[in-house]
Amino acid sequence: MKSHRVARLSGNRLHLQEGPSDLVIAAFGGPSQTERAYAAAEDAFDGLLAELTGELRMLRQPLAAQPPALTGATARRMARACWAFRAQYITPMAAVAGAVADTVMAAMIAAAPRLERAYVNNGGDIAILVTPGHPLDIGVVPSLARARPEGFIRLHAAPHAAQHFRGIATSGWRGRSFSRGIADAVTVLARSAAEADAAATVIANATDVQDGAVLRRPAQELDPDSDLRHLPVTVDVGPLSPKAITAALNSGARTAEALLRDGLIEGALLSVADEWRSVGESSFALVRPTDTAP
Amino acid sequence: MNELNPRPAHDAALAERSRKFGVSEGDDGIVRCDACPVLCRIRPGRSGACSRYANENGLLVRTDPVVLLAEAVTEGQHVVPFAENAEDWDGSVLAPERVFVTGIGSGTTYPDYKPAPFIVSSQHEGVDTVTVVTEGIFSYCGVKVKIDTDRHLGPETAAVRANGEQVGHVTTAEYGSQMLSLGGVRHLTGGSKKEGNATCEAMLKLSNGEAVELTIDGGHGVVVQAGQAPIVDGKPETRMRVGCGSATIGIFAKQWQGHVDEVIVVDDHITGVLTEHQAGRVLDMRPAGIRVRGRKSTPGRYFQVAEPGMGWGGTDITEPLSIIQKIDPAVAWPGMRLLMTSTTGEDSLYCVLDENLLPVEAEMPAVVRQVVERIGENCEPSLCTVTFVAGAGGSLRAGVTENPVLLTRSVQSGATRVTMGGAPVYVWPGGGITVMVDVLRMPKNAFGYVPTPALVAPIEFTLSRELYLASGGHADEIVPVEEVLRAHGGQARIEGGAADNPWPLRRDAL
Repeated sequence: MKSHRVARLSGNRLHLQEGPSDLVIAAFGGPSQTERAYAAAEDAFDGLLAELTGELRMLRQPLAAQPPALTGATARRMARACWAFRAQYITPMAAVAGAVADTVMAAMIAAAPRLERAYVNNGGDIAILVTPGHPLDIGVVPSLARARPEGFIRLHAAPHAAQHFRGIATSGWRGRSFSRGIADAVTVLARSAAEADAAATVIANATDVQDGAVLRRPAQELDPDSDLRHLPVTVDVGPLSPKAITAALNSGARTAEALLRDGLIEGALLSVADEWRSVGESSFALVRPTDTAP
Repeated sequence: MNELNPRPAHDAALAERSRKFGVSEGDDGIVRCDACPVLCRIRPGRSGACSRYANENGLLVRTDPVVLLAEAVTEGQHVVPFAENAEDWDGSVLAPERVFVTGIGSGTTYPDYKPAPFIVSSQHEGVDTVTVVTEGIFSYCGVKVKIDTDRHLGPETAAVRANGEQVGHVTTAEYGSQMLSLGGVRHLTGGSKKEGNATCEAMLKLSNGEAVELTIDGGHGVVVQAGQAPIVDGKPETRMRVGCGSATIGIFAKQWQGHVDEVIVVDDHITGVLTEHQAGRVLDMRPAGIRVRGRKSTPGRYFQVAEPGMGWGGTDITEPLSIIQKIDPAVAWPGMRLLMTSTTGEDSLYCVLDENLLPVEAEMPAVVRQVVERIGENCEPSLCTVTFVAGAGGSLRAGVTENPVLLTRSVQSGATRVTMGGAPVYVWPGGGITVMVDVLRMPKNAFGYVPTPALVAPIEFTLSRELYLASGGHADEIVPVEEVLRAHGGQARIEGGAADNPWPLRRDAL
């Protein structure tokens, strides 16, 4: 039996949930393509969490000189996405949510090659498929405390690409995973959701400032099994001076620009205490709808 | 892992609720959650990776909303939409005396040596009542599926499969309906892991009102969904038969008289022949001399005229004349008008005997067609119904009282009312607490499962406070319903009670 929950949401979206994996999926391109994609998504999701937990010990080990000998496809996606960042402390877990979204999206595309557009949203880490003429609008939540979209990003397919597969992920100290920085939200566009997930984690960690208003605790004091072990993670951010906010954003933006130069990301949006910074291609800019109060 | 949202009122409620749960482990108050394979170890005051389970003071709690059943103030009042948007709820809809707390989402205390998650007291018509609310893990459970069709779905006792695994069997047919018995402890845990999982999944879906595709060994495929027409080999059924062939003759004999000389109603159980039948004799009809195949039961009533199948009246017949064994030339006459019909009126044939006494199809006179159509009009729509059957006689009772046999006895005597998700149940006579419930009378998605595999279903016991205390009830755990509302109202899913359900706290029972 499937150990996960399956439901259809309004707008014929598919909801798959097991433990921390919580996927909202939409596929467009005619009913038969959509249904094929959804069936493939369900198949791919079935047993995915169990497969990951089977290698959880290794996935919680920091990446070092040798790539880890992982066997599961999703586990390998995680390690691959994080590999570029191994100079600092990182474990494949930094890309887990995005990698799950990618695995499901890959199965959907294989089963339904004529999809026009689709997304697999795993708690804010999103695998995206767009085709020419079929862009997708992604709502951006700059504050995980307010937790509502305050703008959107319109993603178009590259003109030469029949299908354009990408990923968007958001990381921040109030999010589902620990962050070592103080960014409320760092939203990253990359080639895949796993890469976006890993990069968002890295940029959010770098969006930081030493300030008495920031409260940190060792990760394992909060979660005994945390892959971040005794590294300090942010648990509260008090009022920050404009100078501290700018310093944190500058630090994060420097890291984002370096990742952009290395071709690891396509763009990033950084938010600290309602201050914004955008890095990367112009299409990856936040559009604030005029009728929405910020 | 997340910090629990700082909502003081709700945190207090959560802590209160968590006290009822029994899972704990290790030092530092760490709790291991086994709700999913991640097996999070959760420190006090934090939630697991999924945010659905949390550790409150060293105990594991579920953060899902409990379902409150609100007695509709006016009839037809709609469900108040809920879940995440707690702020949309003004709280005013729920007057304590109109609220019944269901077991859905209340969590379970399996193996139940702790008091059930909610023991709620409320005043009803001046009588102090107690409702014990819990979600039970039912290892012994099954579903009985009633499929309104005469079509042969498969031989009695044949295996019923879902995803290739046996999940039950065909059981005794009822009047106009085929019956399947699915689930049960032998398929859930007595066979292979695969069989258990397929069984659990099929039962869970059926109980939550979803469609399930089943196949029957030596029979056919049927898609079953509570409250929907069965789909047999891809074809939706529309009508139940009006009765067996003999009953159909009995009902319509008088309307045929004078318009036809003989009527044969083809049915898998009893095929009726009008002029031989008691009804034809009473009407003084002339014997027609047509002998049908099969085993004669009483005059004009024949068993086994054909094999069961997907043809006329649940037989394998597609050429109705083939059931005529012989036509007696000494009795029959040329020009005799013969009508053959199925018990649903879906199939019919009108013939006139030629000079060689051979039936020749002819246009059916309007007056005869009208009666055939009336058979159809008198058929009820064909539906599937799903009845969940489970035994609550085990350790679940310990969550209700310290002296479980007293609970059993008070349920058996009717003093304690049992509901499931607020829906009425039938309590089987005899030992234990074995209950049956129509899943369509329960709120949506009332069922869950545990990987054992076993189903999780809500169950509530309602009785007077006096009786509860006399039965060894957990007196210290009783909370007024107002308090549950205060604590959980903002988080709960609130639904109006199903219109045709009696209110769970029936006045006359208390």
